[in-house]
Amino acid sequence: MGTSFGRGGATTFQQDLQNSDCIVIMGSNMAENHPVGFQWVMEARERGAQVIHVDPRFTRTSAVATKHVPIRAGSDIAFLGGIIHYILENDRAFKEYVVNYTNAPVILREDFKDSEELDGFFSGWHPDTNGYTFETWQYKGMQMHGAAGQREDQSLLAKVPGLKPGEDALKNGEPPNMDKTLQDPRCVYQVLKRHYARYTPETVARICGTDPQHVIDVAEALCANSGRERTSAFCYSVAWTQHTTGVQTIRGAAIIQLLLGNIGRPGGGILALRGHASIQGSTDIPTLFNLLPGYVPMPHALAHDDLKDFIESEGAKTGSWGNMDKYIVSLLKAWFGERASEKNDFCFDLLPRISGDHSTYRSIMGMLDGTVKGFFCIGENPAVGSANSGLHRRAMANLDWLVVRDFSEIESASFWYDAPEIESGELRTESIPTEVFWMPAAAHTEKDGSFTNTQRLLQWHHKAVEPLGDARSELWFYYHLGKRIKEKIAQQEEPFSEPVAFLTWNYPEKGETSDPDAQAVLREINGWDASGKALSDSNSLKSDGSTACGCWIYCGCFKDEVNQTARRKPGTEQSWVAPEWAWAWPANRRIIYNRASADPQGKPWSERKKYVWWDEENGEWTGHDVPDFNKTKRPDYIPKTGAKAEDAIAGWHPFVMQDDGLGWLFVPAGIVDGPLPVHYEPHESPVQNALYSQQANPCRQEFPRTFNESNPSPSDEHGNVFPFVLHTYRLTEHHTAGGMSRTVPHLSELQPEFFCEVSPELAQLRGLTHRDWATIFTSRAVVEARVMVTDRVKPMHVDGKTLHSVGLPYHWGSRGLVTGDSANDLLGITLDPNVHIQETKGLTCDIISGRRPRGKDVPGFMNAVRTRSHLENRT
Amino acid sequence: MNDRALWPVLRQAGGKDPLALGSAAQSQRTADWKARTAGAKVVKSICPYCAVGCGQKVFVKDEKIVQIEGDPDSPISRGRLCPKGSATLSLVESPLREYHVKYRRPFSTHWEELPLERAMEMIADRVLKTRRETWEAKDDDGNTLNRCYGIAHLGGATLDNEENYLMKKLYTALGVVQVENQARL
Repeated sequence: MGTSFGRGGATTFQQDLQNSDCIVIMGSNMAENHPVGFQWVMEARERGAQVIHVDPRFTRTSAVATKHVPIRAGSDIAFLGGIIHYILENDRAFKEYVVNYTNAPVILREDFKDSEELDGFFSGWHPDTNGYTFETWQYKGMQMHGAAGQREDQSLLAKVPGLKPGEDALKNGEPPNMDKTLQDPRCVYQVLKRHYARYTPETVARICGTDPQHVIDVAEALCANSGRERTSAFCYSVAWTQHTTGVQTIRGAAIIQLLLGNIGRPGGGILALRGHASIQGSTDIPTLFNLLPGYVPMPHALAHDDLKDFIESEGAKTGSWGNMDKYIVSLLKAWFGERASEKNDFCFDLLPRISGDHSTYRSIMGMLDGTVKGFFCIGENPAVGSANSGLHRRAMANLDWLVVRDFSEIESASFWYDAPEIESGELRTESIPTEVFWMPAAAHTEKDGSFTNTQRLLQWHHKAVEPLGDARSELWFYYHLGKRIKEKIAQQEEPFSEPVAFLTWNYPEKGETSDPDAQAVLREINGWDASGKALSDSNSLKSDGSTACGCWIYCGCFKDEVNQTARRKPGTEQSWVAPEWAWAWPANRRIIYNRASADPQGKPWSERKKYVWWDEENGEWTGHDVPDFNKTKRPDYIPKTGAKAEDAIAGWHPFVMQDDGLGWLFVPAGIVDGPLPVHYEPHESPVQNALYSQQANPCRQEFPRTFNESNPSPSDEHGNVFPFVLHTYRLTEHHTAGGMSRTVPHLSELQPEFFCEVSPELAQLRGLTHRDWATIFTSRAVVEARVMVTDRVKPMHVDGKTLHSVGLPYHWGSRGLVTGDSANDLLGITLDPNVHIQETKGLTCDIISGRRPRGKDVPGFMNAVRTRSHLENRT
Repeated sequence: MNDRALWPVLRQAGGKDPLALGSAAQSQRTADWKARTAGAKVVKSICPYCAVGCGQKVFVKDEKIVQIEGDPDSPISRGRLCPKGSATLSLVESPLREYHVKYRRPFSTHWEELPLERAMEMIADRVLKTRRETWEAKDDDGNTLNRCYGIAHLGGATLDNEENYLMKKLYTALGVVQVENQARL
């Protein structure tokens, strides 16, 4: 979403779903995994909305939907492409929105070649490096800059010779070469039309294993429920992201929503449904290698010598990223305080540099290779929860030291004596060098702090009781660890000790355990001005060092010295938008890009879909929400050439983070595997790509090594050894790797055992009996599960072939009140190249009746599997 | 006069409840029953499981949590909780929760006890030792790296923003770049 609209967050909020006329839930089992949020889908249905669930399985979401469309796991882009095809071929786009608010009229360069012309590749492909260079994807005559998305790839940062940056290139606020009639063959609209010309309902249905009529019905429902009077919404979760084409799948939905004019409007949008209390927060204030707080990129070794370089190459000249200097300087002031000054580049040199992908799977490979020696595992259980969890256990058994912090002794703390690899004799406790510290963590009821939920809403939870014994919050742990390290560094010689020595680390301590004050930390995140007063919004940030701010997008959460995230005015006592409940980033906006809820002249598109509009009398934007636009910028504002940052954004361009202010149907920068989504088969697939000779995403990240082999796919030899589709999912009663649910008596009783869901047809084919045992295996591992034979899973007919699938919930492990094999042991590590997320929602496997081999028989069984698929020749 | 001193039939005949569907049929024992939340302090909270962000009310009596339930004030959840959210009390009081540090030496076959302060001291030493040993000042071409490549972090996405902030701040100062969370998984 970041690459299409400018910000990597849900565009809307859950309550707004009630205003939708049509909701498409795809890549998500919302009713079971977000049951309480699902009430807003039900509200919409009660008001007459269509609810469409597109999913391989028939779940409780499908049961209450007005339509369920089964498609094959991993065929989502083809299905979305079919909808785009329908919109374009039947001329159903919301033209006034598309022409003014998206880059549909922008003319592309002559040397851009589409994947339709190059059999699954775009121009700029380099087979030697398995990657693209990006200059041909740029607009004709303008250097574009990705507001979000991948920036760690150095070639993405390169300036294209001869192209002008936004400030010089934009003419009257618009890209220099446009055709607003959308007729020019090289304009984005026409490129898009050609790109999806072959995604006909028939072709798409053949790829997805569904009926062509389903494709038409869903497309028609969306078209009929979009426009001035009506809006449609998309909801998705990890069944879209956990693919080697995850980012491009979300891009597919973004294209549909832009073409139909559904972004920034009530009842519209794309709602990412996230599975952890603060997963949005942990990307906003990132514990991610490639980002600093507020989506400011980490400095890169090859691109950023000094602060000037950094601002020059990372900050756009136009749009909100034109303020990059204010964001980074204020962050450095928050971290290095008095030490950071104009003279020393605000301590920019004290930041470490990245030089490529350092994501968690790389770290695991580093542990196996002995380059990563120490590991902090904080409220996370990779020994069960990560793809190829067996490889993670082997990796952790090769560390010097490991710190695990959790409520109980989870599998990631106990692997050294009870991992399946110990049982099979592949690892020996006495030979494992890892020194393990297990530390008890405090629960959310035992600490103050804020979670950022799925709709960018920061909600404060108050401490109710003190934690018992040695249990402490992570805030306590990191604060006191930092304090100790600072003391040690002051006394002993260490390499490059300045960043630690200079780091501001003064938070008030409270109570017997000297707990740091969480509100003081939140206040630092919000930031303060030269006089020390809390800032009220990110517009007040300065680049001269007079403001400090730990995360610019959260600036305003401590406005007026009040913890805005702790606001709890009851929902029943305010409007349906509930702006006085907690605080949403940015600037408490609940629907972002909401300038688009008004027409180019600033008037609501319709009375029914009125949200934010221009008040001519008072000369300002007003409405039900905080306008996501400069409050007094007129809708007919025309920027002067040379205008910078937000001043360069025209009054009718709602996507203020982008350097042209437009929604990007076509992404000219910030994405590594193509400016438009292309249907590729999953890395492991039982069928061949029906559209291109290129089978899978050519940019996907692979890690071929022992214990991470890939199952062969059909075009390969022995592609039939793993004939079935495997996908994993969650249950209502459990939470990811089980650390917060297999330890809970009620939940364990409700879902006691690991099971696999298979169709009656597959059960017959493999002799599987309901409630009996089955053994499931891939080239990585073998597990056993109870058999659930159910009509909810249907065989698919793909390209004349019958395809069966095996569905596995992945919550179990060797510990907890209920135990079982871990489904994630079966998965391989192959990643989306943009965000390094693994493919877990569409792989291949085999299944047989009965229990798995045990103990020392496991390696023998696995060797036989590997021999049958001739893997020794492949890795 | 206490109504319940009378026979139920008299209460029914002479009182305000002739059908004996309410107070006339209630025994003293029932009348004395109190909800376990009665008199408890209510602390406002948010469900720790998924990112819907349901409001929770945490009832505290004598420094102990006696009940956790949905907060009707929340405009998102309107008082509802799912099976996981409803089990939050069992989560924070899980029989498997442990409250003391455990330590396993290299190559050892068993856990040992370790005081918290000692553990903190040892971890700080491990961090500095690994940082020293794996420090990368420059790459092969002489570009500045200034980082410690021997330490990695994987943190959950159920942690607070304030916690993530301190983590990122400390790790970045230490030069630890391999900092990751569940958002990637």
